[in-house]
Amino acid sequence: MSFPTTRQTRLIVKPIWFAACLSPFLWLLLNAFEFAGPGLGADPIEAVQDFMGEWGLRMLLLTLALTPLRQLTGRAWIIQLRRMTGLFALFYIGVHFLNYVTLDQGFAWSVILEDILERPFITLGAIALLAMIPLGITSTNGWRRRLGRKWNTLHRLVYPIAILGCWHFWWQVKEDITEPAIYVAILAVLLGFRLYHHRKNRAATAAS
Amino acid sequence: MLIRTSRNNSSPGVKSSEITPESVYLNRRQLLRAAGISGAATLLPGVASADDIPARYKRIPDVRKSSFSTDAEPTSFDDVTSYNNFYEFGTDKSDPSAYSGAFKPLPWSVRIDGEAELTGTFTLEDILAPHAQEERIYRMRCVEAWSMVVPWVGIPLGDLLQRFKPTSKAKYVAFETVVRPAQMPGQKRATLPWPYREGLRMDEAMHPLTILATGLYGVDLPNQNGAPLRLIVPWKYGFKSIKSIVGISFTEDEPYTTWNDLAPNEYGFYANVNPEVDHPRWSQARERPIGGGFFAAKVPTQMFNGYAEQVAGLYKGMDLTRYF
Repeated sequence: MSFPTTRQTRLIVKPIWFAACLSPFLWLLLNAFEFAGPGLGADPIEAVQDFMGEWGLRMLLLTLALTPLRQLTGRAWIIQLRRMTGLFALFYIGVHFLNYVTLDQGFAWSVILEDILERPFITLGAIALLAMIPLGITSTNGWRRRLGRKWNTLHRLVYPIAILGCWHFWWQVKEDITEPAIYVAILAVLLGFRLYHHRKNRAATAAS
Repeated sequence: MLIRTSRNNSSPGVKSSEITPESVYLNRRQLLRAAGISGAATLLPGVASADDIPARYKRIPDVRKSSFSTDAEPTSFDDVTSYNNFYEFGTDKSDPSAYSGAFKPLPWSVRIDGEAELTGTFTLEDILAPHAQEERIYRMRCVEAWSMVVPWVGIPLGDLLQRFKPTSKAKYVAFETVVRPAQMPGQKRATLPWPYREGLRMDEAMHPLTILATGLYGVDLPNQNGAPLRLIVPWKYGFKSIKSIVGISFTEDEPYTTWNDLAPNEYGFYANVNPEVDHPRWSQARERPIGGGFFAAKVPTQMFNGYAEQVAGLYKGMDLTRYF
């Protein structure tokens, strides 16, 4: 008995996962339009910026957690959620950036350019977002086939992206680094896990 | 009974039941604007919920108007009392209003010491009794690049300080916030090295714009706004306007200030609002006016927060890029 089958994954697990990943954004909308929740407070633009950024980072870390999860539990179907989760990370970060350009800066391009070039934490964020775009574009099955092994190499960009994301958050905070520190700790565990497995595999191949 | 302290044009003989509640009156433009926009703005709390200021806030009697007040539209009472930086209660903007319920601002005393003839510990009543309370509607600009207009109630700091006869050695005035971790949950962690401390040069402290605020919107200061006594220096970034003051010292040397100690390249002693001197991590050229909802465009920041005419003289000849 193997639950879930590929078909069940496609028809049940993935839609549920999709809804789960989308729900923070839906919650944001409900608050923004005052249909539920405490609302966005006195500075809604900043609230949206913070919310989307944090959830983008969470989606990123979640994406990185899926492979270790699969290895720990032995459940292969978990990997099938990885693309969706990664694309959700891009979605949240994309809206985070769009909110910055539109509502926050009002399309003031010279100010935006100045920010990206002169404020280090924004430079890091911009680089991370830029790097996410080719990953998003090549997330399809077609591209995976087309690139073959190069696809894996390209998608290792997710590691520096996650590091830059945490760094961007850390440098953005005024004084209380508790939250960024938690994300860094989680990232350290996830990357450490990969490093450990990478070394183990190298040793195994070297030995054979 | 509502105290109409400012701009209502009602003639005598108008029933108090006919007087528009302050928060509706002062938000009328937002209400009208909101009516034209579908979705978010129409249902924002603080705009549509045109309640009177809650009865639990005690009205301050005999508040006089002041010519120092701006005629800019004040930020709503809801926003002023729910969007705060007061790390003693937590570091989120909503923390101070959420977690300051247990704070007891009365009874209160202030310790006055340092280079002055008259020093000691004085009750709040002794501090305030000889002074007339004034309404000062001031612009407030946070270093984080947002701003409000707040109708404070308070007394000129200079009038108070003169009572203690500072000596010629008193070149600066230092202030200290209360430390009460039992009532201020944010102080249970060393987010900042408590107590929060700030200071002013003597001429800044004596300037007629500088006040000790005891209230806002005609009522006693809510806990989250720095009850029962706080400083307001409207031409400087908001972190200079230290809250819940328990100590005032006259000093010879430039006093310790908390944010300057934490990040000296980001927060200076003077902290004058200056659109030409950026914070290392963000621009200070523009600010977001709180209360405008989603479509509040950033507005250009004014030199000295628009008080240049009154205070620029204090800094003549001073390199404001160096002394930020």
